[in-house]
Amino acid sequence: MHPRQSETRSQRSSNDSKQGGARVRPAFSLRDIIQRIAGLGFIDAIALWAILSLVGDGQVAVAIAVGVVTLFINYIFLNDRLYPIRWLTPGLILMLLMVVYPLIFTVYIALTNYSDGHLLTKEQVVTQLRERTYLPQDAVAYKWTAYRNPAGQFRVILQDEQGNRFLVREGGGELEPYAGTSDLPANLDNFQRIERLNALQYLGQLGRIAITDGDNTVRISSLDSAPQTRRVYSFDPSTDRLTDNQTGVVYTPIRGTFTAPDGKTLSPGFSTVVGFENYTRVLTDPNIRTPFFGVFAWTIIFAFMSVMLTFVVGLGLAIVLNDKDLPLRPLFRSLMIIPYTIPFVISTLIWTGLLNPAYGQFNTMLNDLIGFSPPWFSDGTWAKAGILFVNTWLGFPYMMLLCLGALQAIPTDMYEAANIDGASPWTQFRSLTLPLLLVSIAPLLIGSFAFNFNNFGLIELFNRGGPPIAGVATPAGQTDILISYTYRLAFSGGQGADYGLASAISLFIFLIVAGMTAFNFRFTGQLEEVM
Amino acid sequence: MIGTEAQRVEKAAAAKIEVRPRSLSTARRINVVIKTTIAILASIFAIYPVIWIISTALNPSNSLINSTFIPRNASLENFQRLTNDPQHPFLLWIWNSIKVSGITAIIIVALTALAAYSFSRFRYRGRRTGLLTILLIQLFPNTLAIVALFLLLQQIGQIPGMSWLGLNTHGGLILIYTGGALGFNTWLMKGFFDSIPKELDEAARIDGASYFQTFWRVILPLARPILAVMGILTFIGTYADFLIARVMLKGTENYTLMVGLALFIQGRSQGWGVFAAAALVGALPIVVIFLVLQKQLIGGLSAGAVKG
Repeated sequence: MHPRQSETRSQRSSNDSKQGGARVRPAFSLRDIIQRIAGLGFIDAIALWAILSLVGDGQVAVAIAVGVVTLFINYIFLNDRLYPIRWLTPGLILMLLMVVYPLIFTVYIALTNYSDGHLLTKEQVVTQLRERTYLPQDAVAYKWTAYRNPAGQFRVILQDEQGNRFLVREGGGELEPYAGTSDLPANLDNFQRIERLNALQYLGQLGRIAITDGDNTVRISSLDSAPQTRRVYSFDPSTDRLTDNQTGVVYTPIRGTFTAPDGKTLSPGFSTVVGFENYTRVLTDPNIRTPFFGVFAWTIIFAFMSVMLTFVVGLGLAIVLNDKDLPLRPLFRSLMIIPYTIPFVISTLIWTGLLNPAYGQFNTMLNDLIGFSPPWFSDGTWAKAGILFVNTWLGFPYMMLLCLGALQAIPTDMYEAANIDGASPWTQFRSLTLPLLLVSIAPLLIGSFAFNFNNFGLIELFNRGGPPIAGVATPAGQTDILISYTYRLAFSGGQGADYGLASAISLFIFLIVAGMTAFNFRFTGQLEEVM
Repeated sequence: MIGTEAQRVEKAAAAKIEVRPRSLSTARRINVVIKTTIAILASIFAIYPVIWIISTALNPSNSLINSTFIPRNASLENFQRLTNDPQHPFLLWIWNSIKVSGITAIIIVALTALAAYSFSRFRYRGRRTGLLTILLIQLFPNTLAIVALFLLLQQIGQIPGMSWLGLNTHGGLILIYTGGALGFNTWLMKGFFDSIPKELDEAARIDGASYFQTFWRVILPLARPILAVMGILTFIGTYADFLIARVMLKGTENYTLMVGLALFIQGRSQGWGVFAAAALVGALPIVVIFLVLQKQLIGGLSAGAVKG
């Protein structure tokens, strides 16, 4: 290493002094700078365009995210001191966009009532509701005559029952009194009258012209008439209230739904922040509480039992394979890791076939041996047993490989010493092998627990969480774990998707997993060792 | 690695001690017999479903009923059915899976290598914090953000010109997978880069190579084994993903193999024979890769796990 480099390095905090490395002081040529500015200009142009069209679509959150990422790119590529960060940029951008942003977004959704029936924004809902019209009792039905100019624009003359005439210009909207001759003219300026025979083809276009007539809207609805219609609802932004013009009932927005004093609600609702309601619902709403705690308990049991079973089987087989006198060791080893190599979707589906109570070969075999064919899919307890059984098959090779590695790392002279001291094989295992093994394996056991805590695929493929828990209103099965319950809340149609509640439960799972991992790191000091 | 003479002598001595006498004591023999029995039983347990799936695939009856270990009139009928079933476009699913996993693996390996180079070769403020942050953020499994990811893809798809990254597209799926590029992988590869002597870089720098040329011409060729291992492991992991592909993909023609496979046996079509054939074709390459590259891949796995 250059002496000059070590000089500058010694000025640095002790943080970085552990390992040697190139000091960052790259010299940049003019060509380099021009390339960089051209590249950044290109990226900025695209980003600006994306932001503008996003804001136009009302997707402000994504627009802000894109803006932040673009600023980040510019900052990194314009500041030469940040040269090393440039190497990380592509990965960091993807991480910001696809990991960090969804994480923040999840926190936000968990605070809203975002769900089926509450998917739109308030503005969208108000616009939608205000488009509803009705025919007032005293409605005037105008007769109409339309004119069209070569450019395809329209003018309309309306005539009410008393014979008063009004002129409407397309885009103008308002009615203007029209005092013309008793016969309507064939032309208005360069607009030519559309004869009734030809009017049909223009009816669709004419129907879209919104004609304001005082409180009412006039719409050309058929060849004969253009009746006055009235908006059902009028919205007052200053009081935030929606009034029904027919009945006079006033609706106020309560938690994303326009609600009348008598409790009547308007659909659709809109999405809005409801605070911690999703969390309190888990604790107070019996429809959610009952399945939630059942599901939570089974999640822990499932994850714990899966780790225990795979560990015990894996360790046992590792001890067997570790014996140098065992014939055909490489063959046995290869055969035993086969479950690990098959994609788990495939193996889980295979097992559902083998365990089919009526025709499955495994069950047929059990029936021949013990005269009983367990109902793996229709009975809750058997379904749980079946899942643990299949998961043991899926997971033991991983544990076996880990244990095998750890066993081989235990120095043999320790066993020699134990032998000299006259320790029995069981004592050797209990007070020598197991403790030493656990030191290196324990973090992985916790990792495996965290993995199984979120083992959605197995649960979904084995029995879709079934059989269902009887008598609850949210979709939940007896073998559902939290993550599959979340998935059902969010995406399964039956009861309607509830993204808000699903996100709240996701965060709950995250807290548990994060807590376990923090404990894991503290427990093992893993990070210090690596850094 | 070049050991000293003393080390080599020591090793030879240790090897000699390991050579055991030919004849075993009776207790030892019983012990071995018991262990062999356990090993045989465990092996049967491990490969039992595999044997069943092979025999079901060869059994032309295409159902669970009458499935015997040795099919009576074995044929390749099920494999033929696979290729011409318009409801289950199996070949398309395989292609989708290979495409998505392949592109994901290439992108992830590339991004990881760039990041690892930075972490391994430069010293700057925030480097340790960066390494730690990457690891901690990755602790939040993207399966938990599935709702947010779903809505995010929906929003991206609505941007004009970006519909190829939206819901129900392979672009969107790859985008989600590659979001996790910087994670444990970075640590793994940084560790490998650290083991490449820095004198090589410095020699290249003195010869006038830029940082990128050093990375491209010196580091990457030496890191080929870890690049391959990481690429294969990423490919296998992506190939086997179920949840994200299931949520993001709606149309049958866009399914990946793992999402599509369940269709063979769900609902009214209980086509177990065809499913078995599909499962065999879908799993065989992965199993073979794993068994052939056992040492390297498992080394990669446990290095990530045990050492960090």
